[in-house]
Parts: sequence; structure tokens; C-alpha cells
Amino acid sequence: MLKAADVPDLTKDDLLGFYRQMKLIREFERESERQYTRGNIKGFLHVYNGEEAIAVGAINTLREDDYIVTHYRDHGQALARGMGSKEVMAELMGKATGCSNGKGGSMHLFSSDLNFMGGYAIVGGQLCIAAGIALAVQYRGDDQVVLCFFGDGAVNEGEFHEAMNLAAIWNLPVIFFCEHNLYGMGASSKETLVMWDSLHEMAAAYGMDRYEVDGNDVLEVRDLMQRINADVRAGKGPAFVVARTYRLRGHSVADPADYRPDDEVQYWESQDPIPRFRDWLTEEGIATVEDFDEIDASVDEEVVIAAEFGESSPWPEPADLYDGVYTDRPTEGIPT
Amino acid sequence: MSVITYREAVSSVLREALDEDERVFLMGEDIGPYGGAFAVTQGFTEKYGKKRIKDSPLAESVIVGAGVGAAMAGLRPVVELMTINFSLLAMDQIVNHAAKIRYMSGGQFSIPLIIRTVTGAGASVGATHSQSFEGMYASIPGLTVVTPATPSDVIGLFRSCRELNDPVLFVEHILLYGTRGEAPSVGDYRVPIGKADVRRSGKDITLCGYSRMANVAEQAAGILAQEGIEADVIDLRTLRPLDSETLVNSVKKTHRALMVEETTRIGGFAGELVSQIQEDAFDYLDAPVARVAGAEVPMPYSYPLEMAAIPSVDAVAAAARKLVNGS
Ligand SMILES: Cc1ncc(C[n+]2csc(CCOP(=O)(O)OP(=O)(O)O)c2C)c(N)n1
Ligand SMILES: [Mg+2]
Repeated sequence: MLKAADVPDLTKDDLLGFYRQMKLIREFERESERQYTRGNIKGFLHVYNGEEAIAVGAINTLREDDYIVTHYRDHGQALARGMGSKEVMAELMGKATGCSNGKGGSMHLFSSDLNFMGGYAIVGGQLCIAAGIALAVQYRGDDQVVLCFFGDGAVNEGEFHEAMNLAAIWNLPVIFFCEHNLYGMGASSKETLVMWDSLHEMAAAYGMDRYEVDGNDVLEVRDLMQRINADVRAGKGPAFVVARTYRLRGHSVADPADYRPDDEVQYWESQDPIPRFRDWLTEEGIATVEDFDEIDASVDEEVVIAAEFGESSPWPEPADLYDGVYTDRPTEGIPT
Repeated sequence: MSVITYREAVSSVLREALDEDERVFLMGEDIGPYGGAFAVTQGFTEKYGKKRIKDSPLAESVIVGAGVGAAMAGLRPVVELMTINFSLLAMDQIVNHAAKIRYMSGGQFSIPLIIRTVTGAGASVGATHSQSFEGMYASIPGLTVVTPATPSDVIGLFRSCRELNDPVLFVEHILLYGTRGEAPSVGDYRVPIGKADVRRSGKDITLCGYSRMANVAEQAAGILAQEGIEADVIDLRTLRPLDSETLVNSVKKTHRALMVEETTRIGGFAGELVSQIQEDAFDYLDAPVARVAGAEVPMPYSYPLEMAAIPSVDAVAAAARKLVNGS
């Protein structure tokens, strides 16, 4: 664990800002599960509970003009990047006020203003797209980095290999960031992924810089990512990061997650990144109970406002159905 | 007026794109010093350098996926999938990502990506290398699918595709690279996307095809003309968007229609054409709409068998005769 003295560049406001973001993600996810139960959110809902330190630790090291690409478990990254909780919640509810006017849904969040290049729901596909964004950066001679999130399940896909090799051979400015939560959908990665316990070493095959980090420690994630960003920005080529973490809920809300051993769940509950960071802030004498109470109350209020915004927002108009398939022409087959 | 090959037409529009637009780069397997599997990019690396002519790994998914990403970030990539058979390994990127990102993002991101690839049978390369999947891609909203059959259409369509801001499958035909045709005389010649070409006018029957089968249909019409049967010949040129208006208007005039298609009949694109005709011109038909299509087999290697599996000029003429004469 780092000490306060190890992060002299972070003010109390910065640190409490991290706490607030993690707390916001957690409460946002709790609310989205509630809204799912009430039927206001449909389809798949993959919550981020337990992995908040990754999005908050990593994304806060980026510049505004850097790029983020991620998978379908994307609410946490979107909120950490600064997307409004209202427009994300409205998107989950399929409302016209959502970030993609309700066309994308929970798994496909996008924000062009924030260079949030999308949540991708076909496991592994986004790694190839991230390599292409990095290629554009290199082509233009710019110095942005591309941060691409995916899960341990995605490592098994062929697209992982294709993207890793391309990024390495062309020295592209992309950071492949694996949220290693030990499971794909329901199968343990111990059963499916030969390198599950030393996953970062897979990057050795690509001659790529590789790192493993405690994904439940927001400051460790941040510290590592700052160093990696600097290297990648300086033209040293791609990097592979594996953050060890755990999802505290099932794969999606439909999953009771009863295939997981109790002692494993208990261990990881004890590693919950939010209490851990709260304890650290307390022990280091940075924040008091009053500070936390104030933040928690403001988070609760924000989440309530987001839910109310989503619920009270209008549905898209039926006429919107055919909008936006193509840039310059209407789509084919519109009934007349 | 100069006569050029289909291959020269493709090369020339690629060079033009590279010359005119810094945001254009090419990426694909063996397109560098080797010059491309069909010798389309010979000399390109020497002229444009490795930055713009990217020899990619053998990795179809990331060829297209990296094209998608680069397009989202503001470039205008032209990527090459060596043949459409290999596009199956890139289908995730083409179908799940390229075609859908604009819509799923509520219009926030466009994907100005051209995917060049090569379709077709008849090259004696066996079952895995002789398929025609362009009709399948034409069923995907978000994609644009063009199938030029002549050098001037290559030039005119490619230029129009560059003006689009959405993903395009630019489908060349393996047997057409050596064919010749007139180069367009006007420098800014364009073929509009979604506009069929009426190759020949006649009152007795409509023959409709695309890619090499448009040429086959036109040759069949030549034979039929000697027998006094006058055919309208339509080259669709674009499968999505589809110019069904030209097709339907032709059928309203001729009252008989024959679709010619290289891919297998079941689930082929011609089935869609037949549907549109019966929806919009049913009362004008004097005979059921007919199809000549590829045989329902994996393409055999042996030459006579392969020829038996691909629509021939004679087969098209025979089917047309039967429609017009009733026997
Ligand atoms: C190509 C593909 N195969 C299967 C699925 C169904 N699926 C969705 S998420 C998932 C598990 C992915 O696990 P991982 O990458 O570890 O991410 P996590 O959910 O653990 O964050 C599966 C199998 C899919 N969406 N895409
Ligand atoms: Mg996982």
C-alpha cells in the first residue's frame, strides 16, 4: 500500500474526488439494479460493483484528448470519464435523453465529446478497434494514448491475439487493460485460461511491456498507469496491464452467481475497493467521517436525480427508428 | 478515349485517393512490395512509403477492426481483404462493429471505411476460394455494398464511395481484373451509389445481374437479339442501396424477368430481387420471375464441373428463351 507521502501530487480534493467517483459508480449500479427489478431497464445489465478502483484509478490518469475503448461492462468507465449519470441512466432506460438517444443501451455507451469510443459487447472485438485508433494517432504524429479495457474472458478470443500482435509490430500507442475478475460469464478462468494466474506474461509472446496490479487499490492502479501512460506517450509502444479484481455481483443481473465458492466470495468482499480506500483515507488522516458522510449524501442525491431524470425522460419517437443508420442517406426499406 | 483493364482501373483510383487525401492509407495482406494478391498495388510502397501502404499481418479481424478504429479517429482507411472468402474471419468487425457503431452511438461516430475485397468463382481455386458473399453483406443495415463489373464503373463507383462517410464493401471480381473497357473521359466522372446501369434496352424480357454476371447477361442478350428476342439488361452495380426502381420499371415494360447470380440460389440475393418485383410489379408479370444461379454445391475444383456450377451465357440465354417462348 502506498502512503500519503507517496502521492504528493494528489490533494485532499483529488483523493476525495476518487472516493466520490468510486462511490458514485457503486450507488449508480445499485440504482440500476433496482431500476432493472422495476422493469425500467431491460435486456442485459452488467454492473461494475467491486471493480471501481480500476476505472477510477486508470481513467483519471488520462488527458482529455486521450481515447477510451471498453467492453459491455462499461458504466463505471463512462462515469469515471465524466459522462453524466443522468445521460447514462437514461441510456440504460432506452430514453431519448440517453447518451446515444436510447439506440445503444447499457452495453454500448459512447461519447464523442469525451473520446469515449464505445462499449463493445462482442467479446474481444474492441481490442482491434483500439489498435486502429492508436494507428490513427501514430499516423497523425500525435501523442495521445488509447486505453482499451476488456475482461479475462476476452483473452481467449482470436481478436486478442490479432490486436496484440498488430499493436506490437507497429509500435502503437495503446494500453491493453485486462480487468481480471477470475470469471467469464459463469465459467472460472482457472478452467478456461491456461495463463490465468500469470496472465500478464502472455504479453511476453508479443515482446510487450507487461504489468500486474492490485485492481482493488485505486492508488496503485493510478500510480502504475501514470508511468505506463508516460512510456506509451513517449513512443515506447503498447503495454499490457492485468488488474486482479473480482465482480461482487453476478455476471449480469440475471445471474445469482451461485457457482462461486463462499470462501472466495468472502475473501473478495474483504477486498472491496471502496471500504479499503475509505480506511486508507482515514488512517492517513486525510478524511473524516464528516467528509465521507457529505460525499455519500451528495452521491445518493445524484443517483436519485439520475433515476428521476431517466424515468421522466421521453421515449424516442417512433420516427427516430430509422435515424442514424447512415450519415448521408436514409436507410433502405423504410415502409412507405 | 483510352482502353484500360479493370486492374488498372482499381490501381488508378487507389493512387488518386492517396494523392488527393492525406487521410487515406491502405492496409492489407501482401499489398506492400509484393504488390497485392491481384497485383493491384504494384509499385505503391516505392511511391507512397510504408506509412501509407501498410503490409498487415494475416489477421482479417484486425485489418478491418483497425480500419474501423482509424476511421472513428478521423482517417479514411482503404483496407483490403484478399478475397471475400477470408472476410468470414472479419465478419465480427464488418457486421457487428463497422455497420452498427453509427446507429448504436446515436450518430456520434461515423465510419468512413472502404473495405476492398474480391468475389467470384471460375478461377479453379476450389470450394473455399470461390464464394460470392456480397449478397449476404447486402442484408446488413449500415453497410453499403458495391459490385463494379467494368473499368469505368470501378472508377466512378470508387470515387463516389470515397465521398461517403460510412463503411463500404467494394467488391471486385476475380475474373474481371484482366478485362478491358473504356476509361471514363471526364476527369471527375462519378457513378452514383444506388443507381443501376441499363446496359441494353429491349421490350421482351429483363435480364438482371451484378458483377461478372451483368456481363454474362449482356452477352446472353446478344445471342437472344439474333433470334429476335430483345432484352433489357440491368447491371445493379450497387446491392445496398438497391436500385429497385430501375429494375421494377424495366419489368413493367417487358413483363418478364430473369435474375442472374453467381452465388447459390438458396438464400441468394436474387431472391430479394424476385420479392421486390412481385411486390411492386406483380400485375405486370406475364410469367413467373426466374433465376439462373450457382449450383447448390461447394464449388468443385475440376474445370468442367466448376463450369457446370456457374451460370453460363448459354444457360442464361436458354432460360430467357424459355420465359419468352414458354418452352
Ligand atoms: C464473442 C462473444 N462470445 C460470447 C459472448 C457472451 N458473453 C458476454 S460477456 C461474456 C463473458 C466475458 O467475460 P470477461 O471478458 O472476463 O468479462 P467480464 O464479464 O468478466 O467483465 C460472454 C461469454 C459475447 N458477448 N461475445
Ligand atoms: Mg472476467
